[in-house]
Amino acid sequence: MGKRVLLIEDEPNIIEAISFILSRDGWSVATHANGHDAVDKVTAHAPDLLILDVMLPGKSGFEILRELREAEPTRGLPVLMLTARGQTKDREMAERAGVSRFMTKPFSNADVLDAVRELVAV
Amino acid sequence: MARDTITGSRIRERRSMAGIRQADLARAVGISPSYLNLIEHNRRRIGGKLLLRIADVLGVEPSLLSEGAEAALIADLREAAADADDAQPELERVDEFAGRFPGWAALLAEGHRRIGALEHTVTTLTDRLTHDPHLAGSMHEVLSMVTAVRSTAAILAETPELEPEWRGRFHRNINEDATRLAESSRRLVAYLDGAGDAGASLTSPQEEVEQMMAARGYHLPELETGQASPDAIVEEATGLDTAAARSLAQTALRLYRADAQAMPLDKMAATLAEVGIDPAALSRRFSVPPVAVFRRLAAMPDEVMPAPVGLVTCDGSGTLVFRKQIAGFDLPRFSAACPKWPLFSALSRPQTPIRRTVTFAGRDPRAFDAYAMSDRIGPASFDHDPLHIAYMLLVPRGAVQPGAPLVGSSCRVCPVEECPGRREPSILVDGI
Repeated sequence: MGKRVLLIEDEPNIIEAISFILSRDGWSVATHANGHDAVDKVTAHAPDLLILDVMLPGKSGFEILRELREAEPTRGLPVLMLTARGQTKDREMAERAGVSRFMTKPFSNADVLDAVRELVAV
Repeated sequence: MARDTITGSRIRERRSMAGIRQADLARAVGISPSYLNLIEHNRRRIGGKLLLRIADVLGVEPSLLSEGAEAALIADLREAAADADDAQPELERVDEFAGRFPGWAALLAEGHRRIGALEHTVTTLTDRLTHDPHLAGSMHEVLSMVTAVRSTAAILAETPELEPEWRGRFHRNINEDATRLAESSRRLVAYLDGAGDAGASLTSPQEEVEQMMAARGYHLPELETGQASPDAIVEEATGLDTAAARSLAQTALRLYRADAQAMPLDKMAATLAEVGIDPAALSRRFSVPPVAVFRRLAAMPDEVMPAPVGLVTCDGSGTLVFRKQIAGFDLPRFSAACPKWPLFSALSRPQTPIRRTVTFAGRDPRAFDAYAMSDRIGPASFDHDPLHIAYMLLVPRGAVQPGAPLVGSSCRVCPVEECPGRREPSILVDGI
């Protein structure tokens, strides 16, 4: 079984496309679509990499990331953040929250794959 | 140089532009070259038939050479000079400049007008982009769908051995996203098309009501005469698309009808002619609260008003809930308003009339008498804290009053540099 990626994103067709390309690349992909219980989901799933959208129902990706960085088990978890908000201030906010990689929509599949591979160092 | 002495300069300028020698022009109009020389150096006044003949030979409208022809241009140049920060144009020579270099002067004036128009557009768009959750949400939605389409299309294009089941699923996804994207884009374009026209795109029930009232000129004769009920007017109104808007409109129109009954149009017109726009006097004359006078003044037809008035109201949170715009005092649609408005002072001093003369800061500062007062919503209760709505009536005052407090529209577009109430930088002070 490949390394585990958890994708937290609320757009179903993005979930399907990213899940497909990562699965074909040998990753084990789990998905989640809201921010309410995202931290619990990450903790329970213990992925090797988290792909996190910013604008999620219930809780923003920034808040989720900050909470993950405050908890010991997820402090060093590689997090690839995907967002439609590509302004400098959003990027800076993500960096302050502890993001590993920041990618703005629309991105290419190849970019996502490259980022995932680099972050987990396969 | 005085305006009435520079016609000669204009003649000389136009003659040079036309490539005509002084002697040739003099001969063509039947005067001596030396006399034309005196005219061109503004040592002899010129008018009447001679001016017409010279204009004819030069092939220009006589008005271009005469004294008043450039009045509008000179006014524009003076306005441009007034807006200059560091540059110090020679105002005493503006007439000469316009007369000798009409093309350059027109270019400068046009540039100044264009800057004004662009600043207005920038102000509107920045306000919208900064404070408009609808726009931010729409942009996010569009980008997410574009991402889904791009990603799915790439899978279809780059995965030749794709199983039929997956292929069918991704085709459906693309079709679904493309349909949603088309609809979102259409809505977004329609929304942004309203950027230059603040009234063109509506985002809240309050704005639907405002738009309905604005379309009627804030005056409803059938309600004044009792020929139609508030419910009937709302029923027939176009643009009240939501139930919330229709409910708000009914409430507003019932209040309108009550005000109209307390201050009938004919008596109001007669009293206005007698006392002018004096809310205190009108309040005493009709034995109604000042806030009712504010509302009534804003609903008067233009022909009975000595001057146009603006009206803005806010609830206890400071959120603007109604705006009747008035030239020279911008009432923001999306942003929080200037905290120095007397409107907000009225919230902290319930049911106390407040009058302040203020200067609205901007490219063309204007003075207004602002009459403000807040009123309780609903009956008094021992068990609940009262809710208030504040009103501010804006009456143009004419010349800017020295020492009058400077107020703005909202911080983002306010040019006042030193302001203790500033919440965020201004794009007009600090750049975009």
